[in-house]
Amino acid sequence: MSIATEIHRRREVAVVGIGATPFGEHWDKGLRELTWDASVAAVEDARIRGKDLELIIVGNMAGGMFVGQEHVAALVADFLGLKPTPAVRVEAACASGAVALRQGYLAVASGLYDLVAVGGVEKMTDVQAGWATAVLTGAMDFEWEAYFGTTFPGIYALIARRYMHEYGLSRELLAEVAVKNHFHGSHNPLAHFQNCITVEDVLSSALVADPLRLYDCCPISDGAACVVLAPAEKARQYTDTPIIIEAATQASDTLSLFERRDICTLDATVEAAQRAYKQANVSPKNVDVLEVHDCFTIAEILALEDLGFCKKGEGGRIYNEKQAYVGGSLPVNTDGGLKAAGHAVGATGIKQVIELVKQLRGEVEGARQVKGAEIGLAHNVGGSGATAVVTILRRR
Amino acid sequence: MSIYAVPFHWRRYKERYRLLGTKCEKCGSTFFPLRRICPNCRREGKPVTIELSGKGKVYSFTVIRTPPEGFEVFAPYIVGVIELNKGPRLTSQIVDCSPEEVQIGMPVEVCFRKLRALGKDGIICYGFKFRPVDELGKVEKKA
Repeated sequence: MSIATEIHRRREVAVVGIGATPFGEHWDKGLRELTWDASVAAVEDARIRGKDLELIIVGNMAGGMFVGQEHVAALVADFLGLKPTPAVRVEAACASGAVALRQGYLAVASGLYDLVAVGGVEKMTDVQAGWATAVLTGAMDFEWEAYFGTTFPGIYALIARRYMHEYGLSRELLAEVAVKNHFHGSHNPLAHFQNCITVEDVLSSALVADPLRLYDCCPISDGAACVVLAPAEKARQYTDTPIIIEAATQASDTLSLFERRDICTLDATVEAAQRAYKQANVSPKNVDVLEVHDCFTIAEILALEDLGFCKKGEGGRIYNEKQAYVGGSLPVNTDGGLKAAGHAVGATGIKQVIELVKQLRGEVEGARQVKGAEIGLAHNVGGSGATAVVTILRRR
Repeated sequence: MSIYAVPFHWRRYKERYRLLGTKCEKCGSTFFPLRRICPNCRREGKPVTIELSGKGKVYSFTVIRTPPEGFEVFAPYIVGVIELNKGPRLTSQIVDCSPEEVQIGMPVEVCFRKLRALGKDGIICYGFKFRPVDELGKVEKKA
């Protein structure tokens, strides 16, 4: 029996509180104010007091590079007035949020802690775009990819080009991913972009890294998100609708894209998903709503394939048949995803889980509520796939 | 990005200047950059340092139009994943051809180029880039 299975059997963990800032440009807020807004909302949602928290975990990719601030976890604990509560920062590039959540899950499942706050925060818009682009290259193999001038859009463009070559995906279908996510974002008051776009808008936007254009890329956002975790057996003290974390699994792969077995497959996603389905005892067909890591349009298509929702090379069909909209057979990124809801790197993994919790509680703003959703799956990726985390949530 | 001392760049000259990689003599896998353990064979593997083929084919490519800080002077530039003959893949810029000319499967060979200069007072970084060759492996002459 694997350690993960054993821990899962030891104690079930529930999400009992959620809170998030809008993602976007917060000119008036730094790391500490963003974290404050999200965590106060989560603590109030859980109907607890801050001092009840026994552990604080913060997902943050690059505070040092974006705003000169390391030691982010203690900063957060201090600003929340919660010293001497222990606080830990977790970093796994764009998967920092989901890895932080998984660490919180392990802390509660192990029995060492009852009430744990897991937050994610990134403050990205205080620097010039060229610098932000350079900071994000730290998520790939810096010495063997970034050093030669590769950018993040460039990495996903290399995937997209090869994928289109091997599987004949059309440029138009790729654009449909962004169109769908903007449509969902238009119903999400917390989304960075709340406007609808068309395939023509995508295809006429500026080339960033061929074949990817501006509207294939998620934005750089400021934002924070926070959840409160508790043992499932005590969850009803804090909420009427506890959402159980049925699985939180993680896998690793090569940091560089060029060393992958297949650059069109994220093996870490495949591995994390298989472990998650086994642990939660569900299969893809049981999942009602999905939040996947669509940092670029091509990434959403890879995610659906690697998570087992269709065969490799067939992801485009889902967009041809418009299945991924709310109301379709496979609602994906109902909050707008990274593309429209925004990508505040360290906060994204937590934001995804919050969207699922709202979906499963049935409290999403009308038009994007997936009716009767019971099981949700979140998928968060670090870099170009060196870290992947899959979280499966269920309403009881 | 000009914050790193000379050794940061210098210690990678074996790979960046000479294209050295690792071959596992047990399973035959090749790796770039250098590795200390074969991830397939682990302790049973026999990793040795070899000189990789400087010839290969374009496996995938893109054209970087929004460069990171430090690469502005080169933009737009082509970045590719190159599959080396008998060897592993690596990432490199592809030069001496226009974005319209490059395609998947195109034969290329290694050349030694300036990667970038780190500011006015910083050092100049050198390393490999790849350029197109014809079917016979010769560099195509431009008119």
